[in-house]
Amino acid sequence: MDQQEILTAAKPAGNGKGNLLERIEQFLFMEARLQDTHAYEEWEALWTDDAIYWVPANGATDPETQMSIIYDNRSRIRVRINQLKTGRHHTQTPRSELARIVSNVELIQQAGNEVDARANVLIFEDNLRGETLWAARNEYRLRMTADGFKLVRKKVSLVNNHRPIFTLSFLV
Amino acid sequence: MPPASSCDTRALIEPTRVHSRLYYDQTIFEQELERIWYRSWVYVGHISEVPNRNDYVTKSIGPMPVLLIHDRTGQITLLLNKCPHRGNQLCAYREGNRSTFTCPYHAWTFSNTGELAGFAYADGYEGVDKSKFSLGRVPRVGIYRGFVFGSLATDGPSLDEYLGGAKASIDQLLDNSPEGELELTAGFLQHRTQANWKFMLENETDGYHPGFVHSSVFQVTDSGIGKLYGPQSTALTRDFGNGHTEFDLRPEWRRLGEPLAWFGATEDRLPGYVKAMKTSYGAERARQIMIDGSPHIMIFPNLFIAEIQMFVLQPLAVNETIQHVTALQFKGAPDFNRRLRQQTMGSVGPAGFLLADDTEMYERNHRGALISDPEWLTLSRGLHRERHDENGYLIGHSTDEVPQRGIWRHYARLMTA
Repeated sequence: MDQQEILTAAKPAGNGKGNLLERIEQFLFMEARLQDTHAYEEWEALWTDDAIYWVPANGATDPETQMSIIYDNRSRIRVRINQLKTGRHHTQTPRSELARIVSNVELIQQAGNEVDARANVLIFEDNLRGETLWAARNEYRLRMTADGFKLVRKKVSLVNNHRPIFTLSFLV
Repeated sequence: MPPASSCDTRALIEPTRVHSRLYYDQTIFEQELERIWYRSWVYVGHISEVPNRNDYVTKSIGPMPVLLIHDRTGQITLLLNKCPHRGNQLCAYREGNRSTFTCPYHAWTFSNTGELAGFAYADGYEGVDKSKFSLGRVPRVGIYRGFVFGSLATDGPSLDEYLGGAKASIDQLLDNSPEGELELTAGFLQHRTQANWKFMLENETDGYHPGFVHSSVFQVTDSGIGKLYGPQSTALTRDFGNGHTEFDLRPEWRRLGEPLAWFGATEDRLPGYVKAMKTSYGAERARQIMIDGSPHIMIFPNLFIAEIQMFVLQPLAVNETIQHVTALQFKGAPDFNRRLRQQTMGSVGPAGFLLADDTEMYERNHRGALISDPEWLTLSRGLHRERHDENGYLIGHSTDEVPQRGIWRHYARLMTA
């Protein structure tokens, strides 16, 4: 594999190996890498058709009645990705330089072919405005498929989501 | 360039161009606070945010926090969040329901009407007149159809005079509710922006930028909206005076003649809403309201109603502004409101398909202002074709800079008054 293929490979090298928590961690690290490297199509392919991608505001209010920073179903995830792919989503031209740490991964529960997990995430972003540090507590629901894990639900709770925050146009 | 010590903004504003200094100069920002934010009428909040007696919510006038209170007597009151004893922040919560506020520092307690109810250890204040220690308040509170404005000047034009022609746009907005009322119940996103507030003020009714700044959204959503901002558009820009400006899309919607086309929907998609509208207004009037849609108006200096959502601009510093934004919610329209929230969430805020790009432009504008040459920024577009409408307001083509010239005329009057 060349360098670009390594960065956007949508399967962890050790896929299917290790215990459940290790496999979850490998999946979350891979997702983080796809986001950091703007591998838009590979990241989009991680989602199931019934996906919900949620970044709440003002704590964790009911997304059905209250404003969220992001509250995407599968079709809106596609629009989000397609906008990034036009090359004219100005806030990502040039793209943010990103590196994130995913840590404190916990396996919360397993039910049938789905698992719930949590992690903390710290993201360093550099763009035209300058340097920004983002911190979030994430919750995931993953579905085990023949193709490996898929994202069913991802909730990104920015720790400062009740405060004014800068433009968040990279994949969080 | 005028000398740095000069604070005379007159030298920096011409009919069709403005000087970059207006956007980055700290002294000018301080003058704006004094002469605009802390004097003129400023939008503070909406009565639906404090529906019950003793409800309060923390709002602002410019950088200054203001408590919007539905007080114990039933009045809407704007109090300043500062204990008169040692200046401590009195209330540290964003919202709540309480009839009194107790300062955490020395436990002075105030009624939510502003009067000091009592000192702690009162024996130390023998003979002291409690009435001398009321909370600061915004002396003039004006409410137009639920929109609460405050002015920190004890006298000046009435809110009615100030809003002038903009009242008709607020009326148009509320016609979209079967009950003629708004309910702001969805909470606000707060978008932090490293740019001077006037870049936002000017952009809100700029019809020249969407075809370029938002072309990525128009492409991926297969939206016909892009055409409304093109050279063939019949939409109008309008200067209502007093700094209030509008992007009037009604000529386009009337040409189409389709109810709810303005919202990208049809009557059969929102049956509950359409039925409620016809019941309230009659079939013919309801049809006209649903063809005309909701307005796109910037009420100087900080209230921007953008068809389906509402922004409140809050300058914190010469180079920092918060865009507060929420979905408009029309009383008596639950099916419509749900879609208003969904569309708003997709469009605005820090991750919104539209506002992320607008905000990128604001921040680049601000950095550009700091570059020394050219010093002057031009606002001449469409000067040769601006004209007056039947009400005497200046109008222009949808892509013309009629609104921006109007904003600066008003700004110059306030800053040099």
